[in-house]
Amino acid sequence: MSQAILQIRRISGHPGPVPGADVERAEQVCKLIDTTTCIGCKACEVACLEWNGYPFTDTTFNNTYQTMPDTTWKYWNLIRFNEYEREDGTLMLLMRKDQCMHCADPGCLAACPADGAIVQYHNGIVDFQQEHCIGCQYCVTGCPFNIPKFNSDTKKVFKCTLCADRVAVGLEPACIKSCPTGCLHFGTKDDMTILAETRAKQLREHYGFEKAGVYDPPGVGGTGVIYVLHDTTNPEAYGGLPRDPRIPWVVRLWKGPAKWIGNLAMFFGVVGVTLHYLRYGPKTVRDRNGRGDQP
Amino acid sequence: MSVSQTISHAVGILKDGRILRYTLSERVNHWTAALTYIYCLVTGLAFWSPYMFWLADLFGGGPTARFWHPWLGVVFVVSVLWMFRVWRDDMRITDVDLAWKKAIGHYIRNEDEDLPPIWRFNYGQKLFFWVMLYGAILLLLSGLILWFPESIPWNLRWLRYLGVAAHVTAALVTIGAFIIHVYMGTAMVRGGFTSIIRGEVSTGWARMHHRLWYEQVMRGKRG
Repeated sequence: MSQAILQIRRISGHPGPVPGADVERAEQVCKLIDTTTCIGCKACEVACLEWNGYPFTDTTFNNTYQTMPDTTWKYWNLIRFNEYEREDGTLMLLMRKDQCMHCADPGCLAACPADGAIVQYHNGIVDFQQEHCIGCQYCVTGCPFNIPKFNSDTKKVFKCTLCADRVAVGLEPACIKSCPTGCLHFGTKDDMTILAETRAKQLREHYGFEKAGVYDPPGVGGTGVIYVLHDTTNPEAYGGLPRDPRIPWVVRLWKGPAKWIGNLAMFFGVVGVTLHYLRYGPKTVRDRNGRGDQP
Repeated sequence: MSVSQTISHAVGILKDGRILRYTLSERVNHWTAALTYIYCLVTGLAFWSPYMFWLADLFGGGPTARFWHPWLGVVFVVSVLWMFRVWRDDMRITDVDLAWKKAIGHYIRNEDEDLPPIWRFNYGQKLFFWVMLYGAILLLLSGLILWFPESIPWNLRWLRYLGVAAHVTAALVTIGAFIIHVYMGTAMVRGGFTSIIRGEVSTGWARMHHRLWYEQVMRGKRG
């Protein structure tokens, strides 16, 4: 979205070290989503569209409170709805605001081959730079949360920017601004973690949600979006929140050891045939008198 | 395969002491496959490593290279399938080839007089053909997944990972075969490169490299 407003920590597809990667300036920013106080009003969905300038799209009604089945390239923020039946037979209407999680260790960025198409700012926001995107969709494969979405007309991939353009100038993200219940909070990762843990403790001690806790998956190094859940032992109930998200091991292998094994194999292949030529030379056709013959 | 191989097309015509080794359509097809493969190789290497991403600039930059890579890949696969249609009989590995394979050390050391005689293609050429055929099919199937990853449902996402692994593996295997093929066709086997451009080889060349095929041609039979 926006370039050069924020200091960059990581760059996708970048040969060599990242300029300025070692500066220690910004705090980690974090969005806290308290699913226990979300009423599913969709104000955040609307605010997201408005701030980012996308038109309203047709909604899909399928007898739930969910706007459409999945996020799209121009619909980055979706309240996932699940009518969840508890063991005692009572129902819970679970609402989870789904968007990019802004992983500390982003699978999209690891998979991306285009120099600078995905960056991670020093404040932790993971942002797509569409002007450098080549449309390969490796990020779609790398993401453990199914977030990047491809626009087949422009051949570019889009997702939530965590309002990097707003955050860079000291504003909170548009979704946070619009939330009427206060279930969305924005601040530093440390502050949000304390707030989330306090809320989870409150849920455990005063509301009878014994399994309440904070979702901040360590498999991706923690996320820039954390959830308070009534039941952290069952994140899948919240519209398919993965239990232990990680960058797929195939992607790790592909972007790590396989790269060097492959490069060495290709290098030694070329070296090998060169050495063969130097040692044995060409096969020349000789006639019956033993003279070299032009083919 | 018994005494002789039956070859239906027009290779083996003798003219002014030179033998037609590859027909025009075989040559056109070879170069269609070669050029599309080289395009996919160079652009593929750009997507493979950040240190080779600059290669995409040779073909108009990242987005352009990414747009054409799959399409030219499809042309490559079609071309290879055409080769399969035309060469499948010539490329069948026979007892003659297995005897030749046992003596391959002589071939590597350029001691060609110690090799058993063979037909139109040697064991290495046949192996290259089959590696490229199966490699092309695997590259197409996995490439389709990489082309349209979002069409794979999220709960079948292991297919996306399998696609990546298969595409990379098939690419590396064919690159290995390609390096050897280009080296042998240009530097090592003198006369090979002109044969795939002009189609002709000398009788001496045919006699040295493909003795059984040469003798068949000299007996006045085509093929």
